[in-house]
Amino acid sequence: MLTIRDLKITIAGHAVAEIETLDLVAGQRLGLVGESGSGKSMIVMSTLGLQPKSASITGSINFNGQELVGLSDKKMADIRGRLIGLVPQDPTKSLNPTMKVGKQISEAIVLHSNAGKKWVDQRVRELIANVRLPDPDRILRSYPHQLSGGQQQRVLIAIAIASNPALLIADEPTTALDVTVQGEILELILTLSRELDMGLIFVSHELGVVRFVCDEIAVIYGGHVFEVGPAQAVVNTPLHRYTEALISSNIAMPKTSADIGRDTGALQSIDGSVPALGAFPDGCRYRNRCEHEIAECAAPVPMQTVEGNRRHRCRNPISGQG
Amino acid sequence: MAQPLLKFGSKPARVRMSDLPASLLIGGALVGFLACVALLSFVWTPYDPIEIDVRNRYLPIGSDAHVLGTDKFGRDVLTQIIMGARNSLFVSVVSTLISLVIGTLLGLYVAAAGPRLQNIVTRGVDVGVAIPGILVAMVLATAIGPGNAAAITAIIIWFIPVSARVVIGPAIQVLSQDYIEAAFGYGRTKLFVLFNHVLPNISSIIIVQASVMFAAAILIEASLSFLGVGAQPPIASWGRTLKEAQPLMEIAPSLMVVPGLAIVIAVLGFNLLGDGLRALYDPQQTRKR
Repeated sequence: MLTIRDLKITIAGHAVAEIETLDLVAGQRLGLVGESGSGKSMIVMSTLGLQPKSASITGSINFNGQELVGLSDKKMADIRGRLIGLVPQDPTKSLNPTMKVGKQISEAIVLHSNAGKKWVDQRVRELIANVRLPDPDRILRSYPHQLSGGQQQRVLIAIAIASNPALLIADEPTTALDVTVQGEILELILTLSRELDMGLIFVSHELGVVRFVCDEIAVIYGGHVFEVGPAQAVVNTPLHRYTEALISSNIAMPKTSADIGRDTGALQSIDGSVPALGAFPDGCRYRNRCEHEIAECAAPVPMQTVEGNRRHRCRNPISGQG
Repeated sequence: MAQPLLKFGSKPARVRMSDLPASLLIGGALVGFLACVALLSFVWTPYDPIEIDVRNRYLPIGSDAHVLGTDKFGRDVLTQIIMGARNSLFVSVVSTLISLVIGTLLGLYVAAAGPRLQNIVTRGVDVGVAIPGILVAMVLATAIGPGNAAAITAIIIWFIPVSARVVIGPAIQVLSQDYIEAAFGYGRTKLFVLFNHVLPNISSIIIVQASVMFAAAILIEASLSFLGVGAQPPIASWGRTLKEAQPLMEIAPSLMVVPGLAIVIAVLGFNLLGDGLRALYDPQQTRKR
C-alpha cells in the first residue's frame, strides 16, 4: 500500500531522515516509535507533502501505485483527506474555534465530493456515530471550546475518515489528551481501522501503546530506521540496543494499590538527549549515547535482515545475532 | 483553561444582564444616548441652530426657554450641543470605519505575506504611528482647505497604521494554528483562509479596537475644530463651540463647561464600552462575579 524507498529528507544540508525501505502492507497497522526529535513526524508529514518549506525530499514514496514525492500541491491537496486521512497531535489547535463542529465536519466531505446538502448532512451524522459521539444534535451545533479534549479528538477523527481514506495517519493522537481519555481514543482508532479496512500509520513515543495498536513496529532514531519487525517480536525480543533502552525506560506500572507511591524499582533512562540536527555522530547515530558501543559502530551500519520482515541496523545486537 | 464569557459567534442567549461587566453597560448606555441625540437632530432640535437672537445673549444655564443657556449671539447652547453630537459622531464613525477596514485588510495581507514584508511594514507602521496626527491634519487642512473632509482624511491616515498594527500580531498567531495549515493542505486559497478562518478569530480584537478608536476620533475631531481646521461654520462642532467660548470664559464660564462635558461623556462612553468589550472577550481578564 505504502512503499518508501531511499527516502532522504534534507534541511539546510543536514539529513533529517534517511530511509532505505519501509513498507506498509494493505490492511496492516504500522507503528513509528522514537524519541522527540527522532524525525518520525517528519517522515509521515512528508508522506502528505506537509514537510517544512525548507526541506527537500529525494527518493520515492509510493502510495497504491501513485508516486507522492514531487507531486504538485494541487494534486497533493486532492490526496490529502480523500485517500490519506490525518489525525493530528493537538486537537485544541486543530479545530477553528469560531466555526461550529458540524460545519467543520461537513467541509471535509464537501471538499472531496459534490454531493447534495441532504446527503452531506446524513454523512456527518453517520461519522458522528462512527466515532461514538453521543447526542449528535448538540455536538454538531457546538463550538470546539464547548467540547472536551477527547470529544474534539473524536471530531477530528471523524474529519479524517470523512472521505473513507485508504490510509489513516495518526501523529501522536493521544499526546495532548488526559490519560483517562487516551485509552478510549486508541481503542477508537484501532476499531475504525478494522471496521473501515484502513491502513494505519501510528506515530508515538510510547512503545507500550504502539504494541497494542500495531501489527508492525519501526523504531526510528535520528531519521534512521533502527529496527523493524512484528510488534510483539520487537517489544519482547528487541535486537537493537536502542530498542532495548527504550523498553527499559518505560515506567513499571504499580501492580496493586499498595504499590502506589512505593519504590517499585529505579526508572531506567537513556543518558543524554537526541543531538541537534547535524550533531549526530558518524556511523551509528545512536553511538554517543549507547552503552554497548564497539569500534565497528563508527563505520556506516547497513540494514541487516534477520528473517522475513525482521530487520535491524546494529553492529553489536542483543543475543549476538546478525 | 479559562474561558471567555462570550466567544465570538457563540450564542449570547445564556449570558444574563447581571453577568455583563458594568463598564459595558454604562459605556453602552452613554454611547447609545449620544447616538440617539445625534439621530434626533435630523428630525428635531429645540431651536434653529444658526438662528441669532440678540435680545437673549448670555442667558445662564436653567433659563426658562433655554435649558443650557445661550451664547454670545443668543443661539441656544443645547441645540449647538445636539448638532455637535451629530457632527462628532459622523466624523468619528466614518473615519474609524474606513481606517479600520483598510488597516485590517493591510494587516491581514501583511500577516500572510511572510517575514520580509512583515518587517518592512511593521517598521513603516512604527514610523507612521510616531508622526503626530494633529500636525498631519494641519498640513492637510492647508492643502485641501479646512473642514470635515480634512479632519476625516487626517484621522484615517492617522488610524490606518494603528489598526494594521493591532491586526498583524494576532493574525500571525492564528495563521500558525494547525487548522489553518489543514485548510491550506486541503487546497484552500490564501484569500479564503484569511477571510473565513483568520478574520473570525481576530474579530473580537478588532471590535475592541474599534471602540477605542471611536473615542480617540471624537477627541481628535474636537481638537481639530478647536484649532480651526475641522468643521467650519455654520456646521456646529463641540470643538468649535469650545473655541468660541474660550475668550468669554470670565463672562460666561458655562459656555465652556457644557461642550467640554459633552466631549468627556462621549470619550468616556466609548472607552468604557471598549473596556467592557475587552472584559467580555478576553479570558485572561479577571472578572468580579
